[in-house]
Amino acid sequence: MNTRQLLISLWTMVVKEVRRFVRIWPQTLVPPSITMTMYFIIFGNLIGSRVGEMHGISYMSYIVPGLIMMSVITNSYSNVASSFFSNKFQRSVEEMMVSPMPNWVILAGFVIGGAARGLGVGLIVTVVSLFFTHLDLHHPFLTLMVVVMTALLFSIGGFINALLAKKFDDISIIPIFVLTPLTYLGGVFYSIDLLPEFWQKVTMVNPILYMVNAFRYGILGISDIPVSGALIAIAAFIVVFWCLALWMLNRGKGIRS
Amino acid sequence: MAEPALSIRGLTKVYGNGFEALKGIDLDVSQGDFFALLGPNGAGKSTTLGIVCSLVQKTAGQVKIFGIDIDRDFAKAKYHLGVVPQEFNFSQFEKVEDIILTQAGYYGMPMKEAKPRCERLLKDLGLWDKRNGAARMLSGGMKRRLMIARALIHRPRLLILDEPTAGVDIELRRSMWEYMRRINEEEGTSIILTTHYLEEAESLCRNIAIINRGEIIKNTSMRGLLTELDTETFLLDLAEPLDAAPQVEGFEVERVDAHQLALSVRKGTDLNDAFQQLTRQGVRVLSMRNRANRLEELFVSMTSPPDAVSGIDSATSTPAKETAS
Repeated sequence: MNTRQLLISLWTMVVKEVRRFVRIWPQTLVPPSITMTMYFIIFGNLIGSRVGEMHGISYMSYIVPGLIMMSVITNSYSNVASSFFSNKFQRSVEEMMVSPMPNWVILAGFVIGGAARGLGVGLIVTVVSLFFTHLDLHHPFLTLMVVVMTALLFSIGGFINALLAKKFDDISIIPIFVLTPLTYLGGVFYSIDLLPEFWQKVTMVNPILYMVNAFRYGILGISDIPVSGALIAIAAFIVVFWCLALWMLNRGKGIRS
Repeated sequence: MAEPALSIRGLTKVYGNGFEALKGIDLDVSQGDFFALLGPNGAGKSTTLGIVCSLVQKTAGQVKIFGIDIDRDFAKAKYHLGVVPQEFNFSQFEKVEDIILTQAGYYGMPMKEAKPRCERLLKDLGLWDKRNGAARMLSGGMKRRLMIARALIHRPRLLILDEPTAGVDIELRRSMWEYMRRINEEEGTSIILTTHYLEEAESLCRNIAIINRGEIIKNTSMRGLLTELDTETFLLDLAEPLDAAPQVEGFEVERVDAHQLALSVRKGTDLNDAFQQLTRQGVRVLSMRNRANRLEELFVSMTSPPDAVSGIDSATSTPAKETAS
């Protein structure tokens, strides 16, 4: 395929993916917004007013970046996982396989589509949060970079999950048993300074801690960990996951007999 | 000499469980041909076509599409290929038009070129009125036509039709035959057809290969194959019921039921002789017809296990009867 054809095929993939999650917006865009509104009301307003400040910032403002990031992570991941697995299940993945589209275009299409949903939901949650608190954007470029990189990373993760999945249950195991606990324990609701020293060290192996803190630094200007290290870690994970997903796709893992 | 539309050499497929689905088959399909690939279920047809269109990984062998080796440049080879699979493989929730335009996009086709082509295909295949509806709302026959339109959107030179008329009513099946004939004759599209309706293969295809247990057991012209048929079986409807099959010298007669006989006639035998013998025995025949089409009889005899080849027994002919229209 020449460059123009590659761009057309990539655009087609992205449009198809975006059209899918927009078509089913009551399932994809509304629920995370409602869930996050509940978090803002319960943890931010009701409980947060008794917690007081964290690192000199109101508890409501402190949890907003983490909650936005939580929405981005879960929605990017689950969008690609469910979309690609549905394609496998309905066999419409064959439409792509019989076409001359290179595998990297297929992967990029799903990943960009998943990131689009993650970022879309993140934007909705950000707008909702403005009804509860005021946000100063300390480092706009860094904020954007971290959230986009995180969305891309978890979209790739969702793709790998869907490639390996054999039934619908398999695409909900990772979000429920891995992503959610790691996100909750990744400093969304608290500073790791509050943890005993041992648990602080354990927490440092949680990759989501780095993303949440880098994002929080971009918005609030505070972080529990060095932001440069977080950026390098996210970038490295993206490269490793991308190569793994592409290798699996080239081998036909989960899609070719 | 023009490269074949499809050339297969020594194609082997061994699945992970050790099952050898293809045992080194060779096959050529000429450009412009309408080619039937037939075989019983599990014979290796879908595996062969799956390898050609990249849905199945081959174990060994070479596949060339219009001279392009799929191991060297599969992407280029895929431009020439359109695939209508056996099972529905589109998103049931997408709109009909979107499914076809998305497929065009996968081939890098600009929208201004894809839109009019899509409109023409949908109109030709009687789906234009359904273009804005979700694919799941279509009838079975419409879904099959949608897959044909999708496969043709990028103007492939080789179209693979894997049981395209399965579950389609007779009227619609015949209109689809007309359409396939048209794209083969007028547009020069080479077509490979697999089907369980052997009448379909006999009516449409010029050349034929029969695959059984992973091996090509016959690869010849349709006309050549049919001349090999040395026995035809006719069903005779009787005026009065019979308790047993009458003895007709020189013919094999089987009692189907009280009002019907099956008469096997070898090539070159005088059919009048059979009727004279029946008349002498007081058997009156009201009407007669072929038990199955000619290709079906050959197919069954070729693909039956060795111990069943002595004749087309009732067990092997039953499914053939069901599939004959």
